[in-house]
Amino acid sequence: MLIDFIASVGRQGIEKFQTIGRATLLLYGALVSKPQPKKMFPLLMKQLYSVGVLSIAIIMVSGLFIGMVLSLQGYIVLVDFGAETSLGQMVALSLLRELGPVVTALLFAGRAGSALTAEIGLMKATEQLSSMEMMAVDPLRRVIAPRFWAGVISMPLLAMMFSAVGIWGGQLVGVDWKGIDYGSFWSVMQASVELGEDIGNSFIKSVVFAITITWIAVFNGYDAVPTSEGISRATTRTVVNASLAVLGLDFVLTALMFGN
Amino acid sequence: MESSETLVSIKNVSFSRGDRKIFDDVSLDVPRGKVTAIMGPSGIGKTTLLRLIGGQIDPDYGEIWFDQVNVPQLKRAQLYQIRKRMSMLFQSGALFTDMTVFDNVAFPLREHTDLPEDLLDTLVLLKLEAVGLRGAANLMPNELSGGMARRAALARAIALDPDLMMYDEPFVGQDPITMGVLVKLISSLNQALGITSVIVSHDVPEVMSIADKVYLLSGGKVIGSGTPDELRANTDERVRQFLDGDADGPVPFQYPAQALDQDLFAKKTSK
Amino acid sequence: MHQNKKLELWVGTFIMAGIAALLVLVFKVADVQNIGTNDTYTLKAHFDNIGGLKVRSPIKVGGVSVGRIIDISLDTESFTPVVTMAIEKKYGFFPETSSAAILTAGLLGEQYLGISPGFIDDDIEMLHDGDLMEDTKSALVLEDMIGQVLYSIGGDSDK
Repeated sequence: MLIDFIASVGRQGIEKFQTIGRATLLLYGALVSKPQPKKMFPLLMKQLYSVGVLSIAIIMVSGLFIGMVLSLQGYIVLVDFGAETSLGQMVALSLLRELGPVVTALLFAGRAGSALTAEIGLMKATEQLSSMEMMAVDPLRRVIAPRFWAGVISMPLLAMMFSAVGIWGGQLVGVDWKGIDYGSFWSVMQASVELGEDIGNSFIKSVVFAITITWIAVFNGYDAVPTSEGISRATTRTVVNASLAVLGLDFVLTALMFGN
Repeated sequence: MESSETLVSIKNVSFSRGDRKIFDDVSLDVPRGKVTAIMGPSGIGKTTLLRLIGGQIDPDYGEIWFDQVNVPQLKRAQLYQIRKRMSMLFQSGALFTDMTVFDNVAFPLREHTDLPEDLLDTLVLLKLEAVGLRGAANLMPNELSGGMARRAALARAIALDPDLMMYDEPFVGQDPITMGVLVKLISSLNQALGITSVIVSHDVPEVMSIADKVYLLSGGKVIGSGTPDELRANTDERVRQFLDGDADGPVPFQYPAQALDQDLFAKKTSK
Repeated sequence: MHQNKKLELWVGTFIMAGIAALLVLVFKVADVQNIGTNDTYTLKAHFDNIGGLKVRSPIKVGGVSVGRIIDISLDTESFTPVVTMAIEKKYGFFPETSSAAILTAGLLGEQYLGISPGFIDDDIEMLHDGDLMEDTKSALVLEDMIGQVLYSIGGDSDK
């Protein structure tokens, strides 16, 4: 019985490697090709709209609320130390370094990632991808690639918007509600936020997350079993795997960027 | 080497999926400019055969010749080149759901040719006219009935005037009128444009009425071939069961199971 | 086809908004003031102890930031720390009588290098690129201070 268990672990491990191999081949096939700007641009536009623009609402609203809550909780703690003028610094650094990229990534995985997986999976189930292949059009370049690039471009922009709106929300609570001096709020923040270290790293994190999430979403759609149950499982897998990957990568990146 | 009379030639092809042998040393020839039908019970792997011809999957053994080119051996770029000369009509039509009927039919033209838009316009409308859907050009696929969707897909499939048309179960689940329309279209495309047609189906009467040559597959092998009349005269009991639609015969009615009394009474004795 | 214009408008707005957010973050939140290469010259200084001074710590004169630390290393002959400073040229040059001290911003804040300009006279030279500032005051090390306090208390109790 123990042997069966070990054998099944081995089998699952091999399957994981095969999955990663397939995913890499997919990405390679989609990205490595001579660019055709005339044809690809309209496709990219359309995907930027459905992946990026349609995510704006949820990102901005979440950013605003998270910024406000962060500011409120932070104020409650800092005011006991008489350190409430540092509130701006706290909110800005928390958002830029962690919450902005990570929460945006998680929301993006749930909203746009699952939509991508479902859409591509459905195209596979209704044989649209097959028929495209038979018409000598590479579905990797026509369907997968624009969606991939749209995700990679949109998410970092969304993360920046999240942080910006969050900081503004923080100001609403800290300055307009709790009465912290406007000048101190901003000057302490400005003194502590570095272009390279904080904004730069925030951007790098969001790019890494964007690539991860979009890759997982697009692959799961393409690899899905072409039945309704298969698509539903693929969608769930995207959200779960992408979210866990983001959180894991966040730790690694934080350790690399801010650890020393 | 190959006579130009045969457009597609399948030689000694074997293909298995898992343990199931789908094709066991199958050979068949598709004559140029004619309608060839491939029939057999469901699940026999007829769609797989079309995929083999189109190079979407490779056989385990054997050769698949398309106009003097061995398909499984082609590299990706060459495969894409010859695919432009063949067209497949999928069972569900497989229209792209995010664009109109017009854009669907225009798709292969836009992808593979540099035609100016107004010339393209005319071509698309002509193709739609041929299938009787010119008025539906601006509808979205989800606004079409099943039969209309299939006709639109057909218009898309002939957009590049292919040498070979493959029809995957075109008549399944259609009402009699739509079936009549499809039969007429397939037949007239073949006669007017000289397109070689391969129809994979199990709808005996429709197929027999337009096919020039019929292959009957069962159990991974070819069990009968010839013109429709020759096939009707065939005395092989497997052929007879299929053509006559007998419920029981070489393909049994009962799924293999133990004797009936064992099943009914076994539970009482096992406790 | 007609949707294209509306689509492009939205996508364009989205991208502009994203870039705008980035710019807001850069200029309002991080308050980046000087973009572009700064003209700086370097000065060196030796210290006994650099305390918590780090590369990129600011250099201030009377509280005004005039440059940054660009290198901290150990002089292998004298085994003393050597700090390399990058001072912006627009703030001019310091006389060789100037002194550098490692100070702390606030009670528990970050450490920075404070320069007190010395007096200027006819035969006093100005420090140029690569020169050494001789008068330095090292960082206050907590353990030394505690030791001093204990020693002075201990010394008093002896009397």
